[in-house]
Amino acid sequence: MRRIEWESIVKEVEKLCIHMNIYVEEDLKELMEKALLEEDSPLGKTVLKDLLENQEVARREMLPICQDTGMVVAFVEVGQDLQIANGSLTEAINEGVRRGYEKGYLRRSVVACPLQRKNTGDNTPAIIYYDLVEGDQLKITLAAKGFGSENMSGVKMLKPIDGAEGVKNFVLETIQKAGGNCCPPIIVGVGIGGTFDKATQIAKKALLRKVGKRNDDGGIASLEEALLKEINNLGIGPQGFGGKTTALAVHVETFPTHIAGLPVAVNINCHASRHGEIIL
Amino acid sequence: MKTHRITTPLKTEDIEELKVGDKVLLSGYIYTARDAAHQRLIDQIKNNEELPFQLEGQVLYYVGPTPAPEGKVIGSAGPTTSLRMDRPTPTLLDLGLKGMIGKGDRSIEVVESIKKNGCVYFAALGGAGALIANSILTAEVIAYEDLGTEAIRRLEVKELPVVVAIDQQGNNLYHIGPDNYKKDLAKVKTI
Repeated sequence: MRRIEWESIVKEVEKLCIHMNIYVEEDLKELMEKALLEEDSPLGKTVLKDLLENQEVARREMLPICQDTGMVVAFVEVGQDLQIANGSLTEAINEGVRRGYEKGYLRRSVVACPLQRKNTGDNTPAIIYYDLVEGDQLKITLAAKGFGSENMSGVKMLKPIDGAEGVKNFVLETIQKAGGNCCPPIIVGVGIGGTFDKATQIAKKALLRKVGKRNDDGGIASLEEALLKEINNLGIGPQGFGGKTTALAVHVETFPTHIAGLPVAVNINCHASRHGEIIL
Repeated sequence: MKTHRITTPLKTEDIEELKVGDKVLLSGYIYTARDAAHQRLIDQIKNNEELPFQLEGQVLYYVGPTPAPEGKVIGSAGPTTSLRMDRPTPTLLDLGLKGMIGKGDRSIEVVESIKKNGCVYFAALGGAGALIANSILTAEVIAYEDLGTEAIRRLEVKELPVVVAIDQQGNNLYHIGPDNYKKDLAKVKTI
């Protein structure tokens, strides 16, 4: 059985927490540059230009691109032939977050009790989803999820008869309601199927996909294209000031569901989409 | 679309000049406050206690910055979503607060209070915290230090770029802007 040292996981998580908050992935930058060329609204163009400049300033001055450095979400695939030596995997991820947020001068935005609201002081705990898989590898996908966009997300239990049209309508309603609050241009994660909870989980997972990459299923990929077009017809535009760039990408994930149900979850991410991957 | 250069505290004649969609480069002192600080301010007002700063003519910036790295006065410092501050806002405007900086639309009650009190709501660029930090010259915690990032800070800003999102007549960029670019209204049902 392969062994991975607890400390090596901590170090990788620490490094990625800092890196993902400062450096924007290249694909996202390219989508924003393309949007800048296509945007008609003068104010919208200014916004996109400034957002691209912000990415440069962050890189140059080693500052987080956004002050909301998020709550950390981790999707973890643990190979079943793998053993973690000298500590628990959950604690390793949380320790990595703790050290990364301290060392990287990142904002600690987590409160212990949602009603008492006392800050935990170290941005832990992370939200962690585990999958046990074949093999002896450990794969950790991390996201720093900002709450301006998280707050505008939604879930609805549709009827099977509502079909694809019902799904589209709910996605558009959610984006319309979010308006400028979620820092458009946004990335939209849609989860269709499963149970009430599963739909939200796959919607979150959809946001971690390489930005703009289509679903492997052709039918779902067409739905993604159609949704992107219709979202951008809403006119919300960069920052909600009006324009045709409301979303940069729509990612849809599906899961088998019950004969009586059609759960749909819409998880919104702002243009400061921050995530990365560790493979050990 | 005009660009104005304004120094705080805001004067009535400054605000009268501002039209929705105008760009403003704001200089002078502004005060940070977000969710928890608003709660404390409202509690102090209810208890007739003296507030940590005079509201008259001042501008609040809805922000919770990241910690300042070595050699910097502040970390990333972009706006947070304003709607969470909607409920306490009319009380503060009635007491003389003149401007707010945040992101996103406001409630009907806030817009009415802006009109009644002759105030202005500015939008700063959401998600551009690193860029905005360059307009901040000094930062000093003046109240509620235990709130950490949510403490009230006095910021000295130089030409902080903002947009007039709601002017004193109640014209609202979050309605006017999208209406100009909306393509297919029929597709969206009201919730």
